Amino acid sequence: MNFCKLAKLSSVALIVATAANAENVLRWTSQGDALTMDPHSQNESPTIAFNGQIYEALVARDIEMNLVPELAESWTASPDGWTFKLRKGVTFHDGADFTAEDVVFSFNRALEESSDYKEQVKTVSKVEVIDDYTIKLVTDGANPILPNTLTNVYIMDSGWAKANGVEKPQDFAAEEETFSVRNSNGTGPFMLMSRAPEELSVLERNPNWWGDSMFPGNVDRIEYRPIKNAATRVAALLSGEVDFVLDAPLQDLKRIEATDGLTTKTVAQVRSIFFGMDQGVDELRSSNIKGKNPFRDIRVREAFNLAVDKDAIQRVVMDGLSFPTGIITPPGVLGNTPELDKQYGFDLDKAKSLMAEAGYADGFEIQLDCPNNRYNNDEKICQAAVAMLAKIGVKVNLDAIPKAQHFPKIQKRISDFYMLGWGVSTLDSHYVFTYLFHGEGSWNGIGYNNPRVNEITRLIETETDIPKRTALIDEAWQIIKKEMPYLPIHHQVLGWSMKDNVDVPIAADDHLRPRFIVFK
Amino acid sequence: MFYFILNRLAQALLVMAVVSAISFSLFNFVGDPVNNMVGQDATREQRIEIRQQLGLDDPILVQYQRFMLNVAQGDFGLSYRIKQPVSQLILERLPATLELVFASAIIAVFIGIVLGVFTGIRRYSWVSKIIMSVSLIGVSLPTFIIGIGLIYLFAVYLRWLPSSGRAGVIEVGGWKTSLLTVDGWRSIILPAITLSLFQLTMILRLVRAEMLEVMRSDYIKFARARGLANRAIHFGHALRNTLVPVITIIGLNIGGLIAYSVITETVFQWPGTGLMFIQAVDFVDVPIMAAYLIFVALLFVVINLIVDILYFVVDPRIRRGGS
Repeated sequence: MNFCKLAKLSSVALIVATAANAENVLRWTSQGDALTMDPHSQNESPTIAFNGQIYEALVARDIEMNLVPELAESWTASPDGWTFKLRKGVTFHDGADFTAEDVVFSFNRALEESSDYKEQVKTVSKVEVIDDYTIKLVTDGANPILPNTLTNVYIMDSGWAKANGVEKPQDFAAEEETFSVRNSNGTGPFMLMSRAPEELSVLERNPNWWGDSMFPGNVDRIEYRPIKNAATRVAALLSGEVDFVLDAPLQDLKRIEATDGLTTKTVAQVRSIFFGMDQGVDELRSSNIKGKNPFRDIRVREAFNLAVDKDAIQRVVMDGLSFPTGIITPPGVLGNTPELDKQYGFDLDKAKSLMAEAGYADGFEIQLDCPNNRYNNDEKICQAAVAMLAKIGVKVNLDAIPKAQHFPKIQKRISDFYMLGWGVSTLDSHYVFTYLFHGEGSWNGIGYNNPRVNEITRLIETETDIPKRTALIDEAWQIIKKEMPYLPIHHQVLGWSMKDNVDVPIAADDHLRPRFIVFK
Repeated sequence: MFYFILNRLAQALLVMAVVSAISFSLFNFVGDPVNNMVGQDATREQRIEIRQQLGLDDPILVQYQRFMLNVAQGDFGLSYRIKQPVSQLILERLPATLELVFASAIIAVFIGIVLGVFTGIRRYSWVSKIIMSVSLIGVSLPTFIIGIGLIYLFAVYLRWLPSSGRAGVIEVGGWKTSLLTVDGWRSIILPAITLSLFQLTMILRLVRAEMLEVMRSDYIKFARARGLANRAIHFGHALRNTLVPVITIIGLNIGGLIAYSVITETVFQWPGTGLMFIQAVDFVDVPIMAAYLIFVALLFVVINLIVDILYFVVDPRIRRGGS
């Protein structure tokens, strides 16, 4: 950043401080700043949420996670793709008109080699312009859930991108940063006024936003200040320096709620926590059982599922803030039913006899790999599981390490028994099957390979008959529920904290949606 | 003199090379950056491709060689995490760290010496006993607990000072400073105290011990016999003689303050190089970690070099051996 710009930034910060009383200024904080302003460069939740205030996609999710129109007003499916009617009269922050050409450009940009959104748009083989305000996303065969995958594919102005030399997202081997890393030009409700990464980002209401009269939000200015340390984050709220904290530690929520002038909101997050049990290898790496793999025996997997008391984890470890489950996909995602959601239950006697039947009456030894800085109370959950599994004779050696070292173990398939959490951004079970259960899924670290589940995973990619498709999804879940390849623990709970003079509706994807935020 | 400095410089380069090699080999154990660089949807092929692009699968020696070749050309690469040039990031963050270190060094030296002299002279007064007991906190409590404690007292409970961040930044001659505004001073007080506490305690105890030592020496007795005022004895004779070791320690510890500002900066969200380093470690942002460690090594080497040169100037015995 050059120094004139820095000077400008700081003077903006000063003005902001003095103007704070005149308008509705939302000052908020969370742990991690957006990594980049480039909308196609990083598929990372805080980055997506931050850029979603500036940029918009064709379709979006509202607070209840319903699919709603954003830059597209309506969309219809056909056997070879989806046709979107675009919103008219929309302008980018620099004044340029939003047209079909920008959509074509943005999809092509998202398909670039250096884009981190290739997976979301990979089924789109071509973007056809029908007229200035109608486009068609041509797919190879039907794709019933394409709109679900487009909520994070933001639309850029083609002219702006070309003028600033950012037709492609920056790739990792690049020598210099590109313009779009720090600058932005979207169609969204807020415009980026200044940005000092990890310090302060200031956004101001876009007076020309198309949705100005359609949404209840009355925030005029947003000041975002990331605070890495959790205790400091809470202190900033308690001292009144910020109005809203996205990620206060769950154990602090009660205390915040009890403080005058502050309130909290919780919601079930779209993320499930579970253990993976590697049944794909012939011999477990960390076990004292040689020559065979105990996890290949469904009785062992069932015993594990029955021996871990999810209610106790909810009560003791999570302070009540979790939803114990028997399925790795939370309510709200197509495929979750109350019956599937029911946990396997806790039955120590049955677990012991199953272990004995399988020939492991004396148990065995195994290593549990666990992250210690990724999920709510991740390490403590693992510690609880160690104690619970000891009761059926299984000696679990816990290896709790930072996420940067933990996840590669799953990726490289060198973990026997591990913790993982899975969020479902498309709100459709396909996203769970294709990564966790399909024989070739990139996060299937357990070697699960059921031909029918594999088949269904591919079938539901093109099945457009909704009842039929839902039945297929249910069939796959029934198989999985019976075969118990994983050990589901719970769905996570999100807790947002705020001053009680501002209403910030909580959303299950942990994304702030300022267009719904109302100062009372 | 010239030969002496040249000799020291050669040693310094060797130290830098060793430090960078050791730190580089440690990066193997920090984890895999690729997982943080792509979304969870990325396919295995895409991950492998990025590893190849970045050369992460090359033997560590090859990676090190490539890194050093780039560094020799002044190129520290781009941050994996935020894709901005590393050298620029460090230069942007450096003023914040240097100002914090400057402020805490002033606090540590000033209060440390004053309290050290006081407790040295009035060693049996109850005020001295309280100061000595409280100073134990400075050496024994971890920095982050002191920091959080100060935040809750002064920001949450009393609401006198901001809890975190660096406010009131203005630019003077290309340097981003927060020391010229009231807001800036308000925001630097708590982190500066937190960072200074350990050094303050050390200086206090050192000055006190030296004072006790010096007060027993013959020339103080003679000074008293000459009928000099207490004031002249304490500050004119005693304190001056205690300062030689104190200055040495302060010099050596400035480097430590910069290197150890990591925790203070994290607790107070102080946007300096330490906070940047912690975020880099979380992400396995190798280019930033490597550059930062080399920077810290350079800092220590330079400070030691200066101290050596000062000794050379001060102590004639070294001069004789050197030339």
